[in-house]
Amino acid sequence: MNVATEQRQFTALMRLFHWLTAALVLTILGIGVAMVASLADYHRLVSIHRPLGILILIVVVIRFVNRHYSTLPPFPAGMSPRWRSVTSASELLLYTLLVVQPVVGWGMLSAASYPVTLYGSIHLFPILPHNVMLYAVLRRAHTVLAYLLFLMFLAHFGTVLFHTWVVRDGTFSRMAPWKVRAQ
Amino acid sequence: MVVLGVAGAFLYLGGWFNPEALTPGRFADGFERVDGIYSGFRRNHAKGVCVSGSFESNGRGTRLSKAVVFKAGRVPIIGRFSLAGGNPYVADEPEMVRGLGLLFKLPDGEEWRTATINTPVFGVNTPQAFYDRLFAAQPNPKTGKPDPEKMAAFLASHPETVQATKIIQSHPASSGFENSTFYGLNAFWFTNASGTSIPVRWSMTPAQPLAPANTTEPAQPDKNYLFDALIAGILQQPLEWHLIIAIGQANDPTNDATIPWPDAREQVDVGSVTLDHVESEETGPCRDINFDPLVLPEGMAPSDDPLLSARSAVYSQSFTRRAGEKKLPSAVMPSDARK
Repeated sequence: MNVATEQRQFTALMRLFHWLTAALVLTILGIGVAMVASLADYHRLVSIHRPLGILILIVVVIRFVNRHYSTLPPFPAGMSPRWRSVTSASELLLYTLLVVQPVVGWGMLSAASYPVTLYGSIHLFPILPHNVMLYAVLRRAHTVLAYLLFLMFLAHFGTVLFHTWVVRDGTFSRMAPWKVRAQ
Repeated sequence: MVVLGVAGAFLYLGGWFNPEALTPGRFADGFERVDGIYSGFRRNHAKGVCVSGSFESNGRGTRLSKAVVFKAGRVPIIGRFSLAGGNPYVADEPEMVRGLGLLFKLPDGEEWRTATINTPVFGVNTPQAFYDRLFAAQPNPKTGKPDPEKMAAFLASHPETVQATKIIQSHPASSGFENSTFYGLNAFWFTNASGTSIPVRWSMTPAQPLAPANTTEPAQPDKNYLFDALIAGILQQPLEWHLIIAIGQANDPTNDATIPWPDAREQVDVGSVTLDHVESEETGPCRDINFDPLVLPEGMAPSDDPLLSARSAVYSQSFTRRAGEKKLPSAVMPSDARK
């Protein structure tokens, strides 16, 4: 492994976390939007949605800690300071959404006094008191945050495609699931 | 283009390109269109009263299901008696469908919730048929009665409803909530500790003596007479039901709530439900509970009955809508009945 490769790409563990989060988040957003419109599959989808949300919460917290202890590759050389801060801010917003959204889901089920069943008899303790007005607010927030998360994903995805195909500054290779050799 | 494609795929999953499909939201809209919107009340079974008590398991259910609720012992219960329909101020009538929702609080934090009614089978076997029947039975604003042609058209295309109605009519309603048998209607699967799964249906049979409903009088004097009798009964002495599990066999349908299982099927009395406390929805514990029939403990699982997932979805939609609304007083006030 040469030094140039290491500097160009995020670490292997960071890339693994990135693609794992991407797959989990796209799946749960798809399940979420489908389940609220479904009668026949509602129960099956909700039964996946709940534990998947908690899994994402765990993965994102570990990922954030791992990021803290990892060396990040530098921004592409031609990137303006302003875009660098926009990128950093949007990353922080994504991390925040990924933590807040499952906690809101957990909280809203607690406020509705639903058992927060993960699998079989395994369930989580309530994190809020039984209060349906609070449930109503959190239930709405869960929808708004889901759309915000989806828009953030589209913006992130679109920006990377633009950089990779139009600007051609190798943005994608920084996070590519495979190892990219230094040029 | 790629980004639009991904966004489009999500809109498709969310049903945005299929505005005619029946969704939980459109189902709740249907109840609201037929019955109106009563702020803070359930979209169906709107009129009700809270009860509480306990379930005393005799331990005989443990060979059927490993669910903690069947271990010998007592667990607390929250319940709600109700009448079908979206109007919480409707006057009680003997032929209205009576409901009993129960929540069993298990010691380890699990719960079992069930919503039962007093007919031995359900009138429809799919969510779409339920929705269509709702509109076929909608009273005409001019006459106050359903349009007989609409109902005839519905029945002509739903022979299972005609069959189910015959069965329901052969079990005439009892005089009150306290001596009604309540049926879970849908089939479920029980799995015991050794891993054996069986299809089951459950019901609750009253320990209170049966009496036929008085249907000869044209109008009941009190618009809450069914609830008042229930409240007076509980205040006098605790009311009791036996929880009966019917065990299905290989060819018994699990996906059709309009078809009864043969009477000869094994019935196991697994314990008794005792209700000794009654309270209004405002002060009682039941108003803010969704009696979602798919909140099940480990050892119980839904069958392939399409009504189950749909009930869970629509109850949840109704719960979400009413949760954020201003709560208005219930028509049933046990403190008034006591006087």
